[in-house]
Order: sequence, then C-alpha cells, then structure tokens
Amino acid sequence: MSPLGLEEKMNRPADNTLRIALSDAGISRRDFLGFCATLAAAYALPASSVIVIAAALENASRTSVIWLSFQECTGCTESLTRSHTPTIEGLILEQVSLDYHHTLQAASGEAAERAREESMRANAGKYLLVVDGSVPLGNPGYSTIAGVSNFDMLMETAKGAAAVIAVGTCAAYGGLPAAQPNPTGAVPVSQLIKDKPVINVPGCPPIPVVITGVLAHFLTFGTLPELDGRGRPTIFYGESIHDRCYRRPSYDQGKFAESFDDEGARKGWCLFKLGCKGPVTHNACATTKWNNGVSFPIQSGHGCLGCAEPDFWDMGSFYKALSMPATPVRKAVAGAAAAGVGAGVAVAFANRAKKAAAKAAHETVKVEDLTKKP
Amino acid sequence: MSASLQRGVNAFKEVIDAPVAAFFASCVHCGLCAESCLFYTETGDPQYTPIHKLEPLRRVWQQEYTLLGRLAKLVGLAKPVTDAELAAWSPLVYDSCSMCGRCSMVCPVGNDITLMIRKMREGMAAAGHAPEGLVTATQRSIQSGSPAGVKWVTVQAQIKRMQKQFGIDIPVNLENADYLVLMSSWEILNYPEYLGSVGRILDNAGATWTLSEHAYEATNSGIQIGVSDLARELVGRIVKAAEDLKVKCVISPECGHAYTALRWEGPNLMGRRFGFEVKHILEVLDDLRRSGRLKLKGSIDKPLTYHDPCQISRRGGVHQQPRALLRQIAPQFREMSDPGVMNWCCGGGGGVSANERAEPLRTIAFKRKKAQIEKLGVNTVVTSCANCRVVIEEALEHYHMNIELLGLTELVAEHLAED
Amino acid sequence: MSGLELLTWARGPGLVLAVGICIFGVILRLIEILALGRQADLASPRQNSTGSGWRTIFTRSLPPPGMLRRAPLTYLGGYVFHIGMAIAVFFFVPHIELFRGLLGLRWPGLPNPLVDIASIAAIIALLALLVGRLVDPVKRLLTNAGDWLAWALTFVPLITGYSAYHHLFENYTLTLAVHIVSVELLLVLLPFSKLFHVFSLFIARWYNGEISGRKGVAS
Repeated sequence: MSPLGLEEKMNRPADNTLRIALSDAGISRRDFLGFCATLAAAYALPASSVIVIAAALENASRTSVIWLSFQECTGCTESLTRSHTPTIEGLILEQVSLDYHHTLQAASGEAAERAREESMRANAGKYLLVVDGSVPLGNPGYSTIAGVSNFDMLMETAKGAAAVIAVGTCAAYGGLPAAQPNPTGAVPVSQLIKDKPVINVPGCPPIPVVITGVLAHFLTFGTLPELDGRGRPTIFYGESIHDRCYRRPSYDQGKFAESFDDEGARKGWCLFKLGCKGPVTHNACATTKWNNGVSFPIQSGHGCLGCAEPDFWDMGSFYKALSMPATPVRKAVAGAAAAGVGAGVAVAFANRAKKAAAKAAHETVKVEDLTKKP
Repeated sequence: MSASLQRGVNAFKEVIDAPVAAFFASCVHCGLCAESCLFYTETGDPQYTPIHKLEPLRRVWQQEYTLLGRLAKLVGLAKPVTDAELAAWSPLVYDSCSMCGRCSMVCPVGNDITLMIRKMREGMAAAGHAPEGLVTATQRSIQSGSPAGVKWVTVQAQIKRMQKQFGIDIPVNLENADYLVLMSSWEILNYPEYLGSVGRILDNAGATWTLSEHAYEATNSGIQIGVSDLARELVGRIVKAAEDLKVKCVISPECGHAYTALRWEGPNLMGRRFGFEVKHILEVLDDLRRSGRLKLKGSIDKPLTYHDPCQISRRGGVHQQPRALLRQIAPQFREMSDPGVMNWCCGGGGGVSANERAEPLRTIAFKRKKAQIEKLGVNTVVTSCANCRVVIEEALEHYHMNIELLGLTELVAEHLAED
Repeated sequence: MSGLELLTWARGPGLVLAVGICIFGVILRLIEILALGRQADLASPRQNSTGSGWRTIFTRSLPPPGMLRRAPLTYLGGYVFHIGMAIAVFFFVPHIELFRGLLGLRWPGLPNPLVDIASIAAIIALLALLVGRLVDPVKRLLTNAGDWLAWALTFVPLITGYSAYHHLFENYTLTLAVHIVSVELLLVLLPFSKLFHVFSLFIARWYNGEISGRKGVAS
C-alpha cells in the first residue's frame, strides 16, 4: 500500500470520474497535473499537495450543483463557459453535476423545475448552490422564474445546500441592478442567507479560473477557501490591481497617459488619469489575467472599472481619476459662494451699524475723564 | 464725566477697522513678534509678547465683529472684557511698549501690531487705565501747553539766551515766513542749543522763519496716552497758529512722537489737509544740503554711530537724511548692528519715559541698546530725538557707560560753513 | 461603512459639502473683514508709494535682518512645512487631477519621489514645530485649543496621504478614504480657525506695506 493509499485510489476504476472525461477529451495527465499544480500554487500549498489535489479531483464523485440565475446578464456564465478549445475550467464544470442552469440545461419549463427539485431532494445537505444576479426585494414581480419570486426560490433552495457561492458582483454585492437609484430594491445574496456559508466571487464577470479554483478547493478539501471581511477568497482577492499591475512603475514615476491612444498610452504608461480604479479594486486580473492569461483591461489600454468592488457603478465616472470628484461640484459651490456673499453682506451691514453706533456713543474725552471718579 | 469700562469698550469698537480685523484674523501665534521686541528680549518674560498685549482688543473684535464671535456671545460662550482685565493690561500696553514699530516689521503674516497698540490705548485711556505719569503729562499739556508745564515765559528766557549765545535774532509771531519752528519740552529745558542751531542754519540758508507764542510745543501727549480727542486739541493749536501766521512749512523738532503726531496723524485728527507742509528738521536740513544752501566744513575725527529714533526712521521714513548729513562731517561714521529702519528702540518712546511706573522695566530694556553700542565699540553716539537723548543719558549714567551723546542738528550747526 | 463606501462618499457628497462650506466661510469672512473699511489717510504720502502693499505681500515672506538668528526653528520649520506641503498638494499628479476636476485648470506635476521627499520634510517640520510650541515660553503663553486643532487638521492629511501612497496600512481603500475625509475636515474648519491666515495674510501684508510705504519705509 502506498502512502495515503493514493495510488490505489487513483487506479480504482470509476465510470463517473474526471479521469475518463480527461482521456476522452485528449487532455494528457501531464496537463492535468499542471492544472493541479497551478491550483496548489494559488492556494500557497506545498508541492506535495499536488498529488492530493489530483487524487481528490479525479476520484471525487460528481458533486451536485444547482445554479440559480436572478437579476443577471448571463455574463458570468459566458465568462465561465467561453471556450473555443476544451479547457480545464470547462472540464471542472463537467466534473460537477450541473443539475440546474437556465442557459446550459437542455430541459425547460416544468421539466427543468422538476429536475431542480429532484436534485435538492436527492442531494439534501450536500449540493452546492451557485447564484448569479441580484435578488429584488422591491416588487417580487420584478424577477420571477416559473412564477416563483427570486427571493422565495433562493430561500427555498438554500435550505438544503452545503454552501452558497455568489458568483459575479451582482450576486456578491448587488451589482448593476443595485446601482443608484436601485429601482428594484436589489440586494446581494449574503444579505439574505445567514445560516449557510456564503462565498462571494465578485467581478463583472469574475475571472474563469477564480470560480473553478473555488470549486476545486471545495471538491478537494470539502471546505471553502479562506475568506476576507467581504466574503471573498483572499487567495484571489487579497491584493489590489494597483499592487500587481505591470504599469505600476509608470505610476510611481509619474508617467501617465493623458488620453486614449495618445503617446503615453501607446508607450504603456499608467492609466490613472483615464479613470483606472486599480488602487481600490481587489481581484486577480493583474496576475491571472483573462482568456488563459492573454490580457486584462489595463494591458489592453483601458483603465480598471473596479468591477469586483461593491457599488462600482456609483464610484463616479469610469473615466475620471480616483482623485477627481465623483459627483458634480460646480453648482453646489456656486450656491455656497452666493450664500457666503449673502451672509457676508449681512454681517458687514451689522458690523458697520455697530461701529456707527459706537461712534455715535462716543463722548469726547476730556482730561478729567482720564481718571475714574469714585 | 468719568472714565468707565463702557467708554473703554466703546472706544475699542470705534477703532476696529478692516486692517485690525485682517491682523487679528491672520495671527498664527508664532511668537516672532516677541523676538523683535526689546521688552521681551531683555527680560525673557513672555507676557511682553506684542500680540499678547492686544488680547482684550482682540476679544472685542471677535465678539462684536465676527459672525461666530457674535453667535458665541449670544449663547453665553464668550469671555467678556472686564475692568480688572484692562487694569492688568495697563502695564503691558503702556509700560512695555514704546510703539517703536519693530514688531510690525517682523510679523510674518504682516500684522501692524504698533498700529493696534495705538488704537487700543484709546480704550485703555477712556476706561481710566492709562498710567498716572502720562495722565499728568497730558493734563499739563492741555492746560498749560506743555507736558512738562513749560510756559511761554520759560521759552522767552531761552530765546534771550540763544540769541546771545548764537548771535542771531529769533523772530516770534512773524507772518508769511518760510518755516514755523516748533520745539519739544526737552529741547526747551535740556537742549536749548537746538533752537540756536536751527536759527543759525536757517539764517545762513537765507530762509525766513518764526516761533509762535501760541504753539511752541510739538510734543503730543494725546498721541502717547492714546486719546485722539486730546491729541486733536494739541495738534489743533499748532495748525491754527501755522495757518494764522500763513507759514509755508512747519518744522517738527528733534522729537519722535511730535513728528508722528503732526506729519502722519495730524490731518486725520483734524479731518482735513493742512494749508502748509510738515517736515522734520532733518528733512529740512537735507533739503538745504541738496539745494546747496547748507555747506558744511570740518570733520569729526572720532568714530561715531547713529541711533535711529523709532518715530523718525522706522515709523517716519526719515532715515537716509541723517546719514547723508553725517557723511558730510563724520568720515569715521559706523553703523551699529540692525541699522536704519530695523534699529532698536531706546526704550523710552511712546510715553514710556513719562511713566514712572515703567522706569525699572525701561532700564532693563535699555540693555539692548547698550549691547548694540558695546558691540560696535564706539564712544560717540549721535541721535535726533530729544526724548531719546534724555532716556539714553539717564541709562548711560545708570550703566556707568562712558559714551558721548550728541544731537545731530547741533552737530550740523557746529560745522556750518557760514557765508 | 466599508472603506470603499467611505471613499465614494468622500469623493462625492463629502467633497461637495466640504468645498461648499469652505467657500461659504471664506467669502463670509473676507467680506466681514473688508467691509469694516478704513478711513482715508489725509496725510500726504512722502512719495508715490503705489505697489508697496503688493510688494510687502512677497517680501514679508523673508525674515527681516537679524531675525533668523533669533528664531531659527520658527523660520526654518515654517519654510520647510509650507513649501513641503505646497509641493505635495499642488504638484502630486493625482492632486492635479483633482484640481482639474474642480477648476478645469491643470499644470505639470513633479515626479512622485520628489513629492515623497517634500511630504516627509513637511511632516518632520510639523513635528519639530509642535515640539517648539510645547517648549518655547512665548508660544506657550499664546497657544490655545485652536492652535492644537489647526496643527492636527494640517498634520493628519499629510500623514494619511503619505500612509496611503506607501500602502502603510493593510486597507489601502480605507486609508485613502480617511485621507480625503481629513482634507475635507480641514476645508470645513479653515475659514473659522487660524488657518484662515491662508487668505487673510494677503490683506494684512497689503495694509502693512501700504501704510508703511506712504511714509517711505519698505516693510
């Protein structure tokens, strides 16, 4: 028996494991181990854990995942499933049993809802609930599925879930629907679910490998990764874009692009003046990047929108620097100036009246007046 | 009518104007004014910090003329100015300040603290907190025409003496003369040679001049005690005499505050411009020199220096003329440290010398001037203010300093190349 | 409230409020001071002294002869603090963007390391001046609560700005938000404290120079 019995585990045949899916898809074991190594590195685990992760992923029976989509744009799903060639990310999704997903499921109508209920019953207490989109608390009619309000469906489905993953800024923090004036009363998932572990995976959309990394952690260790004060995995959201941006030296040297596609922009200078919110945005974009590490917004010449932060739609213009006012100031200031003039003139009149009164009350001083009479 | 706190505070309210408000609003409590004030530098006592001397006035400004101050007063959060406080401030405003003006030159935010001391004295005096010596001097000025009680008969005696000593005629009440010559009590009593010197110089220059029986005293106690009503009466006597005699120019003597009173405050006290010019004797001498009507001969063969009277140099603007004159006759003229408009006060100006209560402090403050003289290492000091001369002479005695103190006008007359 | 929420508030309503109150207060106090007016000076000036007031606005920034030796800490500390703070406020590029947003004006900035040095110098100068104020007997007599408040209002923006730029605290967003809020506090209290000298000193110096210039003395 090998240490931890891993070899036996790994060689144990199973018809529903990732191992089969991998070889069917032509992904070599080397590539698969490479992916596990990436995950281990991301979680700052020692090299020895790569085998552990590989074994767990390979032999994990397919965890049931129910995916609820509320007030969302489907961008999160698009991001996760966008693949021209079979990617590991896509395969992880294959590894889970995605029992309910509006965009990806084959069934529709009553059949789809029955599939969801069936999965909830069969996997009670063990399934993962993934949510994208925010939940409207205003009028339930703003967003319903099969006539059931988002709120009711969320609360009902969460009852039997092992954990809830709020994917995308909408589910994590309210996102676009919650932007001022928040007409639907949109709220994040974490505001509603208090009795289950909730993990926020914000981003508009989130980076694909971030979501699969979270899933992989759960599949490997059966727990959610370490979360920060905002419920985000610190592994991916612990640092700001600014702190990892390759253009940071330009910021430090004071080299800024002044307008899109100007000389500074073409030289790859910092986009702070063009509104980049990198300094206050926490995500893995600057390191992990997008589309298998091809690029990320700043690299492509556009400032970070801050899309993984709450209320990023209300942070002032995307194209005004962080140090610029987020709301218009001129009118209010003009009003304040007018009020200042008014108040000043009023006080001026009062002052002059007082001085005139003092002058009028002046009694000519004579030498006798220089001493006090008892 | 009596002095009262109410009259005092009312006077404070009257004198506060835009400059005063700007000054109080700008003070950042840096304390640099203290470093420029000889009463602080020679005692190390922080209560002599110039801006601190104005604290009651500042509070009146705040409580009466600022929105926040008025609101604070309304809700009972303002500390009112009390009679006891003004009494406590009397030595600060009158004893430890000669209105020398150094603080006004130094304040980094530009405060003219001296101007504010002058204004604050209006309220202090109206509240009955001017020092006794100054009150007496002012009473004598108003009632007898001179703070020292010098009457016309005394002047007449000096006229006789000087006519004899200098061999000149001293006209009195002459109409249409070029110049009306004034004197200060100190000159009449202690340095009558001033009169003879002026007469000789003017005669030699071919100028006509006169004294006035009704206005021989230039010292203005009203300015020193800080009561414009009384200052106005005193200045008015000179103005009336000058206009009655139809003189072209009134010569302010070698007295500091006399010049300030007549030249700079005079028209504002009277509320109108004068029908004559006002010049300090040094200005007249320098005018004559430049127009060739004052020729000097000989020279003084010893190193000497010039003490700038505060009201003449820094507060009066007459600081180049004495040097131009001295350079004619003193090849060994040397400047002391901080010369010209930054020179240090003798300690006795602005009414301090008339204030017996201030004498101990004044004596200590003189150490600044003493240090200047000793550092320079000369034994002859020339000046052009009779009050400075009296104060310095007394101090030289006190400190056993072997220094010769000379008046500039007399020195010039001694070196006159007469035609 | 999270760091980002505070930051968005500080960049939005907080800024509007602070700038508004500041402008209101500054205009009120300027009128309050100037409207008291002053009597015309009937004494004829010694010479044509136009420009003396304006001249003194500049020259009064230099120490008069003999004074630097008497109070080196006050002068040097004052210079280093004011110049350092001016460089940090007006020549740090993100700040210039703020002014561009507020006023539509812009000007070239300095490289960040220079701004950094200026900020440190200003901070050290402020600390030295604080010690001076605690130790010097003249300053102790003059100092009141308003002076401590003014010092704090000036110090906190500098130290929080420095901390934010250098990511000295873990939560950068919160540090940045606190920095901006501290500046807004400074703006709100500026017209109503001794910090108003920022504006009123020009008036004071002008009067001083004008009064003295009429007499023929450059002050």
